[in-house]
Amino acid sequence: MPDILQILILIVKIVALTFCVVLPLVPISVYFERRFCAVIQDRVGPNRTGIPLTLLGFKKDFHFFGLIQPVADGVKLFLKEDFTPSYVRKAFYWMAPALTVAPALITVCVIPFGSPISIFGSEQKLVIADLDIGPLFVFAISSLTVYGITLAGWSSNSKFSLIGGVRSTAQMISYEICLGLSIIPVLLYYGDLNLSKIVQNQADNGWLLLPLWKGGHLGLPDLQTALFLIPAFIAFLIFTISIFAETNRMPFDLPECETELVGGYHTEYSSMKFALFFMGEYAAMVIGSALIVTLFLGGWSVGFGMDKWINDLHIGSFQFGGLIHLMAFLVKLIVFILFFILVRWTVPRFRYDQLMKLGWVIFFEAALVNVFLAALIIAAPQLTAAIIGGGAVLLIAVTAAVIWVAMVSEAKPKIRRA
Amino acid sequence: MPSPLFWLFSLIMLIGGCAVIAFRNPVSSALSVVACFAGLAGLFVGLNAYFIGIIQILVYTGAVMVLFLFIIMLLDLKDEQKRAKSLAPLLAGVGLSIAFIIQLIGVLSKSPDKIAPALNAETLGAAAADFTKGGKIATALTDGRLPDVHLIGHTLFTQYNLPFQILGVLLLVATVGVVVLSKKTEEKKTEDRR
Repeated sequence: MPDILQILILIVKIVALTFCVVLPLVPISVYFERRFCAVIQDRVGPNRTGIPLTLLGFKKDFHFFGLIQPVADGVKLFLKEDFTPSYVRKAFYWMAPALTVAPALITVCVIPFGSPISIFGSEQKLVIADLDIGPLFVFAISSLTVYGITLAGWSSNSKFSLIGGVRSTAQMISYEICLGLSIIPVLLYYGDLNLSKIVQNQADNGWLLLPLWKGGHLGLPDLQTALFLIPAFIAFLIFTISIFAETNRMPFDLPECETELVGGYHTEYSSMKFALFFMGEYAAMVIGSALIVTLFLGGWSVGFGMDKWINDLHIGSFQFGGLIHLMAFLVKLIVFILFFILVRWTVPRFRYDQLMKLGWVIFFEAALVNVFLAALIIAAPQLTAAIIGGGAVLLIAVTAAVIWVAMVSEAKPKIRRA
Repeated sequence: MPSPLFWLFSLIMLIGGCAVIAFRNPVSSALSVVACFAGLAGLFVGLNAYFIGIIQILVYTGAVMVLFLFIIMLLDLKDEQKRAKSLAPLLAGVGLSIAFIIQLIGVLSKSPDKIAPALNAETLGAAAADFTKGGKIATALTDGRLPDVHLIGHTLFTQYNLPFQILGVLLLVATVGVVVLSKKTEEKKTEDRR
């Protein structure tokens, strides 16, 4: 009997967190995208779609600032003709959209959405699967997204689609390396791969990028934590930019570059199949932001030593602090999604060779040196001054060598003219 | 009695494995390998080896097979689909698998038929005695959890440190070799253009 209860709780968690929290964020971010880009471009954006009360004889429509617009978009996409060109490879063509959406939604299961809620003495974590390998799980599953895009490009049997698919494969494999290497300093710092524990640690001892409290008391960080801000910030920078590349967002959306490739890998898709690619991209963006918030910006924690107090809030035996933390997490998530949108509408697209150079020549080396730096800072209290000095000299030498090699390899041979 | 999930993932693996040779289309075969690897990862997770299972997906499914697929798609192998089945490779394949099965039976009949101890609080707590007290591994083990990532790291860096470092150097050499090879052809091309 308890087994059935546990499975029921699990199903409730899956339905609530995936379909009531993450999936609605997709249309919401589409709405934000349209309104925000309108603001950037000095337009109004979709602000009319609402409940058409005038049809029922009332004086005024109820427009909700256009919040119903995503629903209208969804209905439009559903009702469009779903056209399958005759020259496509049917089985793969149908499989591809599903393969892009499913991995993005599976990765939801390791993200901690809030601190545990307890009802009648039984504690429930606000995470679907509390795995001990959180970030690795997200990387592994989201690396499967590339199959969807590659297959879409190949099965469409058209040049533009194929080039889009090929570009996306190369781009995603390259940036996966930067993604994995860049968070090694963070994992070294926490000594744990469990995302729930990483967030709990940040709630107690200060967020990775804002260590202004320790054990519930506000105060300046000690020397080691303060020094660790340097590798943490480099890691944050590399990780965030790599997430942009992983999710095929502007400025790295070369797989669907309209000016060169019509629509890239989804050129031949219409109606709901196209919408699924769209959804996959936005879901990946939501998960990427969730991962950044969880690793660097304290996840669900409100911060400033208030988390313990929030945890103890209760009505009877129902401790609802977790719900407040869920709200805090969603607020951070939406702020980060707005940042993604801001970048999309302000930074111009990269060229493909620039993208590859950024990934392989700059980020890859920077992430490796960053691992060394972080390890030195973390190990410093156990080492003697001579070893620390030697390590620092070695670090500087390695950095200089890497920069020199990068510059030499990029120097173009002079073209001799006869 | 293995859990039903064991049978599910074994089934996925076996179907994937058979499909690799049954399909005539190279892309379908490559995707069947992917399904096979996913099943294998599931089996590893079933053995409480989460880290190995996830690395299986990350490295083989997410990177190696993507490159395979990439190359198959770019080469667009069409003659592979038309080729008639000849007898000799078929016989060689059957012979090879029979040889492997005989070897497997030989190994299994010699190895002692011991059931692995269940991973519960007692066995894990007893294992904690082997590690430094108060450390991360010992605490996790006494709590009744299996810190598999920490254990793999501990084993690698205490017992197999030298082979691990040598492997690292080997991979570095391979990477540098690839870069050198690809750079060389590029220079040649620019020279030709001149």
